[in-house]
Amino acid sequence: MSTAEAPAPPAVAALRAVHITKRFGGLEALRDVSLDVPQHSIVSLIGPNGAGKTTLFNMLTGLYRPTEGNILLNDRDITHARPDEITGLGVARTFQNIRLFGAMTATENVMIGHHARMRAGLFGAILRTPRVRREERETLARARDLLAYVGLRESVFDRLASQLSYGDQRRVEIARALAAEPSVLLLDEPTAGMNPMESRALTEFMRKLRDELKLTILLIEHDMKVVMGVSERVTVLDYGEKIAEGEPAEVRTDPRVIEAYLGRQN
Amino acid sequence: MSGWRARLRQWREAVEKRLPRRWSRALAVLLIAIGIVLPFLFPPSSGFMNATIIAITYAVMALGLNVVVGFAGLLDLGYVAFYALGAYTLGWLGSGFFFRLHIHVLVSPVVNSLQGVHLNFILILIAAATICAGAGALIGLPTLRLRGDYIAIVTLAFGEIIGVVAVNGQSVPVGGGMTLTAGNLGISAVDQPYFPGIGSFSLLNLRPWYWLILAILLFVLFVNIRLRDSRLGRAWIALREDEIAAVSMGIPLVKTKLLAYSIGAAFGGMAGAFFGSYYTVVNAAQFQFGFSIFILSMVIIGGLGSIWGAVVGGLALGYINNYLIPDVLNNLPSHFGLNFQLTQVEFGIFGFLLVIMMLLRPQGLIPERRRKLELTAQIAAEDAQLAEVPGTVAGPT
Repeated sequence: MSTAEAPAPPAVAALRAVHITKRFGGLEALRDVSLDVPQHSIVSLIGPNGAGKTTLFNMLTGLYRPTEGNILLNDRDITHARPDEITGLGVARTFQNIRLFGAMTATENVMIGHHARMRAGLFGAILRTPRVRREERETLARARDLLAYVGLRESVFDRLASQLSYGDQRRVEIARALAAEPSVLLLDEPTAGMNPMESRALTEFMRKLRDELKLTILLIEHDMKVVMGVSERVTVLDYGEKIAEGEPAEVRTDPRVIEAYLGRQN
Repeated sequence: MSGWRARLRQWREAVEKRLPRRWSRALAVLLIAIGIVLPFLFPPSSGFMNATIIAITYAVMALGLNVVVGFAGLLDLGYVAFYALGAYTLGWLGSGFFFRLHIHVLVSPVVNSLQGVHLNFILILIAAATICAGAGALIGLPTLRLRGDYIAIVTLAFGEIIGVVAVNGQSVPVGGGMTLTAGNLGISAVDQPYFPGIGSFSLLNLRPWYWLILAILLFVLFVNIRLRDSRLGRAWIALREDEIAAVSMGIPLVKTKLLAYSIGAAFGGMAGAFFGSYYTVVNAAQFQFGFSIFILSMVIIGGLGSIWGAVVGGLALGYINNYLIPDVLNNLPSHFGLNFQLTQVEFGIFGFLLVIMMLLRPQGLIPERRRKLELTAQIAAEDAQLAEVPGTVAGPT
């Protein structure tokens, strides 16, 4: 789905955060956190509540500016780019508490996701030139394809997003992110509120996304089954600091991680 | 009780689905045809014609404000600024006000020999739209980081600033003894629209004025509909719904918001230029804060975000304000032995209408499609909830 990049050696990081520090006034939300997301991999970001995971996401997508440090997308510095520019460069995301446009239909939501890939300007829209018409038609068709791809029933394509079931809203959000034709996909707690069966299905789906669409996926996740099952690498944050990083099996046995999650044994 | 309501709703939805698009097209053509022949049913300079022309101009302004408030969700309380700027554009470019200059473009032979700047009305319309689009973006800039009520406060202030500048502009020299505005004296003897082959408009025959403003309305309607159903229209609604999600999906915040301000302002400027010419004077006293609220009421009564709602709201309040209250019902209180006229309490009447609307039909006369969907879904959900509670009967609430 992403415009085909030259086959890069697997070691190259698609998305890279370098020594990120974020302070909100006196509060240090992140301290010197570095993170590499290798191309075509699935990386999980875990940590207790308030560890700074979503803050990091918000900086990777341009909603916040890091106080110190840099963010690189395919070796290009995007630290100071606007969120819409970053989306244009190929990073798309979902939100922890679903943020669909409630007054728009599922299809329209996904069409919004394609905004950055469309060209129609003010006068094109008013004159509705053949090119603009074709673009609209293609965007609509693609949106419906994507909705089917994420497993939405066709009968709810034209329902308002706010009227969809919770699971369907999650699906639409992923479809909307995919419509931006990203090379890197950031998922913020995609399995929140799902039962084990749905979580498993989503795990499968993430692999499918990576393999079929050649995506790089970074996800925040609390469900350890999902984390251990799907990710090649895991980064653990606690109180704004990176306390561990590595393969799932390593991280699972790391005493600092166990301490962060379960507390110290005395 | 809820059973037949649900069935009625289903039935209506089914009919609406089956009614082909061609029907709505045919209806539009019919309405336009009626609109074009309407003036022949009335004397060329009747009070009703006058009220109709003003009402249509209001509808144009309501359409403009609807882009900003309805589509993009930016509560603009200073819309009168664009009425003022549009009218002043006419005053500057279509009168003898700048008496040192002699510029004439495509104007009537009579005007051709007069001093001042005299451009053809169409050129003035374009200039007014352009100037207001620029001013709209300029006023929009400081509100970009604000949300909701704070936008309202800043735009309100800008509306007031323009009003004050209009009053004090008579002390602002622009060279050669000329000033920026004529303050409360007003720029008078402005040009009437002139078209080669048709001649100059005059206030003795209102029909050409009517057709001109009808053409402007149709143009603005066309642009509005096209924009609503476009990439840009979708982006506005996305920004209105959730700004953070919208920018994360690749919608450029600054550009998209400023476009909403600019386009809304451009329509206001066109209507303003028309009003300036129609009222034959551009007077600073015309541009009061109350007018912003008046236009906003039209948008809200019509249905926030709804194009046809803005037209109906504009026409309705226009007729009430310029025909029903002053011409038809003005002496009503005296029949009851009351010593006042309705024109003295017209703002009270509008306030009352607004309250009634909010109570009985908060979604407006012709609600936007989405809002209608949302409301019906809510009602259905409430009905379902009530039906589940034992001992209650779901009924009209």
